[in-house]
Amino acid sequence: MSAVIESHEQDHHHGPPKGITRWLYTTNHKDIGTLYLWLSFAMFLIGGAMALVIRAELFAPGMQIVEPEFYNQMLTLHGLIMVFGAVMPAFVGLANWQVPMQVGAPDMALPRMNNLSFWILPFAFIVLLSSLFMEGGAPNFGWTFYAPLSTTYAPPSVTFFIFSIHIMGASSIMGSINVIVTIMNMRAPGMTLMKMPLFVWSWLITAYLLIAVMPVLAGAVTMMLMDIHFGTSFFNAAGGGDPVLFQHIFWFFGHPEVYIMILPAFGITSHIIETFSRKQLFGYTSMVWAMTSIAILSFVVWAHHMFTVGMPLAAELFFMWATMLIAVPTGVKVFNWITTMFKGSISYETPMLFAIAFVVLFTIGGFSGLMLAITPADFQYHDTYFVVAHFHYVLVPGSIFAIMAGVYFWIPKWTGNMYDERLGRLHFWLSFISVNITFFPQHWVGLAGMPRRYPDYALQFADWNMVSTVGAFMFGASQILFLFIVLKTLMGGKKATAEVWESSRGLEWTLESPPPYHTFTTPPKVN
Amino acid sequence: MLNRISRSNKFSLIFTPFLFLTQPTLAAWYDINMTKGVTTVSNEVFDLHMLIFWVCVVIGIVVFGVMFYSMFAHSKKRNPNSATFHENTKLEIVWTIVPFLILVLMAIPASNTLMNIYKDVEGDINIQVVGYQWKWQYKYLEDDIDFFSNLKTDWDEIYNKTPKGEFYLQEVDEPVVIPVGKKVRFLITANDVIHSWWMPDFAIKQDAIPGFINTAWTVVDKPGTYRGKCTELCGKNHAFMPVVVRVVSDEDYKEWVSNKKAEAYRMAELTEKNWTVEELETRGEGVYQKNCIACHQTNGQGIPGIFPPLAGSDMVLNNKAKNIEILMEGAQGTAMQSFANQLSEVDMAAVITYTRLAWGNADDGNGEIVVPKDIVEYKKPKA
Repeated sequence: MSAVIESHEQDHHHGPPKGITRWLYTTNHKDIGTLYLWLSFAMFLIGGAMALVIRAELFAPGMQIVEPEFYNQMLTLHGLIMVFGAVMPAFVGLANWQVPMQVGAPDMALPRMNNLSFWILPFAFIVLLSSLFMEGGAPNFGWTFYAPLSTTYAPPSVTFFIFSIHIMGASSIMGSINVIVTIMNMRAPGMTLMKMPLFVWSWLITAYLLIAVMPVLAGAVTMMLMDIHFGTSFFNAAGGGDPVLFQHIFWFFGHPEVYIMILPAFGITSHIIETFSRKQLFGYTSMVWAMTSIAILSFVVWAHHMFTVGMPLAAELFFMWATMLIAVPTGVKVFNWITTMFKGSISYETPMLFAIAFVVLFTIGGFSGLMLAITPADFQYHDTYFVVAHFHYVLVPGSIFAIMAGVYFWIPKWTGNMYDERLGRLHFWLSFISVNITFFPQHWVGLAGMPRRYPDYALQFADWNMVSTVGAFMFGASQILFLFIVLKTLMGGKKATAEVWESSRGLEWTLESPPPYHTFTTPPKVN
Repeated sequence: MLNRISRSNKFSLIFTPFLFLTQPTLAAWYDINMTKGVTTVSNEVFDLHMLIFWVCVVIGIVVFGVMFYSMFAHSKKRNPNSATFHENTKLEIVWTIVPFLILVLMAIPASNTLMNIYKDVEGDINIQVVGYQWKWQYKYLEDDIDFFSNLKTDWDEIYNKTPKGEFYLQEVDEPVVIPVGKKVRFLITANDVIHSWWMPDFAIKQDAIPGFINTAWTVVDKPGTYRGKCTELCGKNHAFMPVVVRVVSDEDYKEWVSNKKAEAYRMAELTEKNWTVEELETRGEGVYQKNCIACHQTNGQGIPGIFPPLAGSDMVLNNKAKNIEILMEGAQGTAMQSFANQLSEVDMAAVITYTRLAWGNADDGNGEIVVPKDIVEYKKPKA
């Protein structure tokens, strides 16, 4: 309904209101997308600074910079902030900007809820970060917050952590409903489901995953709250509870969650590879089916995070086989991307460089994932730096590279200005080299026996930890360059055309750059 | 390089990152790969690991090979006009089925190894392993031996005040001892939070979970000292509770068992002895260093908000009965666990006495001490 009112405003050529109220009261999908992206970048820097505290402590054996107690707080907040503060809001931001433009809609379907789902988020993170200044310190039990370390043995700030997770969950659920309703109801005439751009498809699937698992996470933290304050014993063995139950619930949320953080990246990568290969994406239909299968499989593999909790043989076998099966649809996607490039006419602008790095490094993360799926070998890998290397490969040069690729790809559309290509490539190469220096050696120290979440380690791991720390600081510094490039593009630069790229495909490229405040007030026709 | 760090000053800390550039030491294989270990199972696991690794390498070479070829040959410069194909059902079926078959081939040996590991039978020797914040307890179920295994590395080494030894963070005051060639079964559980008992050389990693008993077994064919770690985040000293297993010949094992039993007998005799305040205080200080400083700190101040102070605590100063009760029963809903099974009567009495006298508590409180007989008395069933 509100979409109709806004299109009425468009007749009077209203621009956005001025000042802070534009951002506080906005119901515009572009403004909200921008807010999400800036929040995400701020969280990326805060979470990154925490990662650097961790790496600095691990630079050499011995405790030198922080105490183990604070170290545990850093690794917990780093994980929570990167997952819930950096990666997820960035994808929601991209969805806000791109989904309406890609399906030919004037705005998101539920603009006021869109405003609410963004504006509760900063409070969630203020609550979470304020725990650093509370007596007893911030949460210190890892981002997976296994009970009873996170209940009976937790610092008092755990209650604030629980409420902040609740707020984040509410925000994600509202965001997902908005995406689903927009995609289902506001597509341009003629755009059937199987004609939707892949980013839209990836977000449709992601949104369903979010709606399915966020309530599970909310349930888990609520049970913790009950255990801590209301005398229940869900996870307390002394009261007849079950600490392993917590892990089952957590990972029933947690495994779909990791696909929530990668599926939109698949969508972005698909658009970029076809654009810069100047060739239609290979295997569109199988791409959609691959993402759907990955999403469905994500609900039946959760216990591969728990191979060492002492499950019966049948369960270990089932979860091993189911997990290995995920390699099939994931392989299909990688083969499709490479075949899209094959016999294309490829140019290497910054978005394409990030997208290619995504394919290669995400695949390396996939290989280590396959190794981790092999239960007997997982008995050796589990909870070592091999796991840390694995999930950082799929999340940093995976999700985060895809987000950056997306920003470079679409920022000319958003701002009307081209970014500085030379600086963009410099940013890419610095990030690419340093990300590998940081995370590749972690495979080795992990295999050699260094457990994760250790503030101090035995002497044989010293050399590669030092290398990893040097890489991490390089990576951190490179992201300041990214901030500079984005600000420079906002200020000005070469004017972008409507198509922006030579071979761009999709409705968003039919709009002028920057697009009008209210897009597609008359729906376009899709053949 | 390592020694240089341990006697580091700020200067060397700044320059050490560049040392690896000037010292082209080829990393040893065991520094970057999984250990083969010393049991049949650990060798099988290692072979499995290498098999999957090489399968991934070959797939990677093929897939990235095609990709790099087309990045080079089909660049805009070399191939200005792109092809137009965008689907090929046959090809898509092939690259769904082939990976599936490769996965099946990998799953077969993996499932076999897993089933071998799960062939769990009674051990010749059964040892209960209990994880505590932050130490391991080992109970030999057949021989009535029971002891704690604490980190031996000095805190001065950890805080860079003294040079680090060869087995930095991988040494304990009392390792588990098992005989060579015998089937040993570990029954693994925890007393407080979840821990995980990892011995890479045996390919055993089993979570220690309160309320559960997990089992794992091994037969070690090679005598030696093997070092492992805790692998589930269990609080602040997670990195400081290593696992050390000494595998010895059968004769040595029997001798060790009889020595341990004699030691337990001597301990029981100590309970009967009449202790002086000074003796208790000295012994108590040792017990305190080993069991209490992690939370309550050397100065008895605790950590504000999480671990309460003992110095100046009203209970420690004036309420001897409550003081004993807290140590024997633990404090419900907090990290303070029961030490009744962890400390002997003598050590329990000594450490309470120590805390009641240290840090000026003797002057501020009633100065009542606790003797081993008090603990024995407490343990008697109440009428």
